[in-house]
Amino acid sequence: MSKTDNSEDACPLPIGQYDKIVMAHGGGGQLTQSLIDKLMLAEFDNPALNEKNDSAVLAINNERMAFTTDSYVVKPLFFPGGDIGKLAVCGTLNDLAMSGARPLFLSCGLIIEEGFAIDSLQKIIHSMSRQAKAAGVNIVTGDTKVVEKGKGDGLYINTSGIGVLDTAMNISPSMLQHDDVVIINGDIGRHGIAIMAQREGFKLEQALESDCADLSGLVKLLLDGGIDIHCMRDLTRGGLATALIEISTAANKQIMLDETAIAIADPVRSVCEVLGLDPYYVANEGRFISVLPSAQAAQALAIMHAHPLGKKAVVIGKVDKGSQSMVTIKNRIGTTRILQLLSGSQLPRIC
Amino acid sequence: MKYIDEFRHQQHVELLATAIRNACTRPWTIMELCGGQTHAIMKYGIDQLLPNDITLIHGPGCPVCVTPLQAIDKAIGIAALGDVIFCTFGDMLRVPGSTKDLMTVKAEGGDVRTVYSPLEAVTLAQQHPDKQVVFFAIGFETTMPTTAMSVYQAQQMGLKNFKLLVSHVRVPPAMEAILSSAENKVQGFLAAGNVCVVMGYQEYLPIAEKYQVPIVVTGFEPVDILQGILRCITQLEQSQVTVENQYARAVQTSGNTTAQQMINRVFKPVTRSWRGLGDIAMSGFELSADYTDFDAENAFQIAHINTQEHQECLSGKVLQGIIKPSQCPEFASRCTPESPLGATMVSAEGACAAYYTYRRQQSITENNSQ
Repeated sequence: MSKTDNSEDACPLPIGQYDKIVMAHGGGGQLTQSLIDKLMLAEFDNPALNEKNDSAVLAINNERMAFTTDSYVVKPLFFPGGDIGKLAVCGTLNDLAMSGARPLFLSCGLIIEEGFAIDSLQKIIHSMSRQAKAAGVNIVTGDTKVVEKGKGDGLYINTSGIGVLDTAMNISPSMLQHDDVVIINGDIGRHGIAIMAQREGFKLEQALESDCADLSGLVKLLLDGGIDIHCMRDLTRGGLATALIEISTAANKQIMLDETAIAIADPVRSVCEVLGLDPYYVANEGRFISVLPSAQAAQALAIMHAHPLGKKAVVIGKVDKGSQSMVTIKNRIGTTRILQLLSGSQLPRIC
Repeated sequence: MKYIDEFRHQQHVELLATAIRNACTRPWTIMELCGGQTHAIMKYGIDQLLPNDITLIHGPGCPVCVTPLQAIDKAIGIAALGDVIFCTFGDMLRVPGSTKDLMTVKAEGGDVRTVYSPLEAVTLAQQHPDKQVVFFAIGFETTMPTTAMSVYQAQQMGLKNFKLLVSHVRVPPAMEAILSSAENKVQGFLAAGNVCVVMGYQEYLPIAEKYQVPIVVTGFEPVDILQGILRCITQLEQSQVTVENQYARAVQTSGNTTAQQMINRVFKPVTRSWRGLGDIAMSGFELSADYTDFDAENAFQIAHINTQEHQECLSGKVLQGIIKPSQCPEFASRCTPESPLGATMVSAEGACAAYYTYRRQQSITENNSQ
């Protein structure tokens, strides 16, 4: 498993039982983690990267800047509640916001498949522009590549973002304290299930939209309100469970959740029940968890409740005593279970 | 959510757990047959509510776990061919064959697709007349009616490019195999509610009678499973032997006769090999004479694929309840969910994967109580 040392070009693999990339390597679970840890971190090894936060926080002269990048490969490109353009802007704004940064500039890299409709591209670019304007950021640089028909999925977008930290606070898993509360800004699983329903043609009784949204405004309110946020994480492909497991692992702290506090909309629950999916691992694009001192919980909730994206904010758990990195959830029936990192994406069960 | 929330209600759960503690005076070993039940027991921590005298054994009811290595290797062999679209339920993708899994075949360029129903594979066959569309038909009586319907429809449509790789299995012969083993520990069964929705439960009456074991047809929610356990324990404590139906809201005595007719029209019973358990007489199905044109075993050159199980994987003993997963020397060392030796570790429903989580859970509970 360890890096061989006889050649600079030696590959640090093997990373696991696979000698080729499989889809599960992109699922955000154990295989993604091991790819990052054993390949990227081993090779790129530097303090900013090794923090493994959503954004790298970099000290430049007397400023602290946040820098992040993300690629968007969603299918379908247009979905209830958004499109790939909105997603690409919001996702990167959110990654910046999670480090406590105020987003300033974005880039836009497009990989377009030959034959893609200009009309669709226009809609997507317009959507990016509108979202960036609403957040008060400029898209200041970009790149366009076209690949042959059949070599891409219509359109892939990469966005990078730069922001500035107006606060001296260190927002990171290492700041977690015993008795901190975990707050989420709403119900979970909307994005993943809305996308899946659209892609697979499920007919849901109730309409379901992705929660795709720019969270930077809401985060700014919390920071301006003097909330001593210890850690934040937006919930993306691996869902609530993966985000919390990552935090718990990085912090070496146990996090305990209360199932009854975690809201899940009926259409999300229905699809999860039918397909045997666990909503805690389903993707979100407009939800984030913040970990902060319990003494400030009421104040933080009051601030969030006043913002459209935080109306349903609730405390869903707390940081437990002990230094075992683990996320447990107290079930509705009073028992507890451990939430574990999945290998890859969730696979629908047979029966 | 109606018909779900009522069966996860804490008060009902507590009442049943208390009733079980009151009813149980001696050690009893019960096997839940279905992987879905194992999954629910682990997810809800139902075992945490039971007295120490009750041991739950996770039976061979995880369709992913019991599909033999040979069938996986055949699937991999077909999926790797050009001009084939290979369709499978999602949770088969990562089950290890002898050298690779289906996810790797996909990474190597095989056209492997996840479907939610075999009927989607029929649609794909219509849409791709230049390709052979193969569906990996695994699972118990629960999944068989839709498989049967898919091949029935394909025949009605005159589709020549739709094939099934069949590895369907039946529950009752596996129960008999477990009960007739010299090492058997099982004293009562929770039968799989979903299987009984299709098949009813009359075929369990002779098994209960012959082997003198209570059998309770049981659902999948916490209240269902606790009720199933209570009924089973009550019978054991009172030295009764009968087949009871806890899952009456879904299961009728004779099951779904229309679905059974469809199964019998398309399939015929045959001896099948089970991963870890070996050959069990008349424990599975193959396509009947009218449908052999749809049999992937005939259409592709795969008869030579005859792989054997890993010797070091003791999943067979686990599936029969002879050893606990943690008693396997490879458990949590060479064999983990990331790098599984057998399917019981890879499937979320598998006893070893479930136990992997549970054992960690136990260690926390012990730490907290110190």
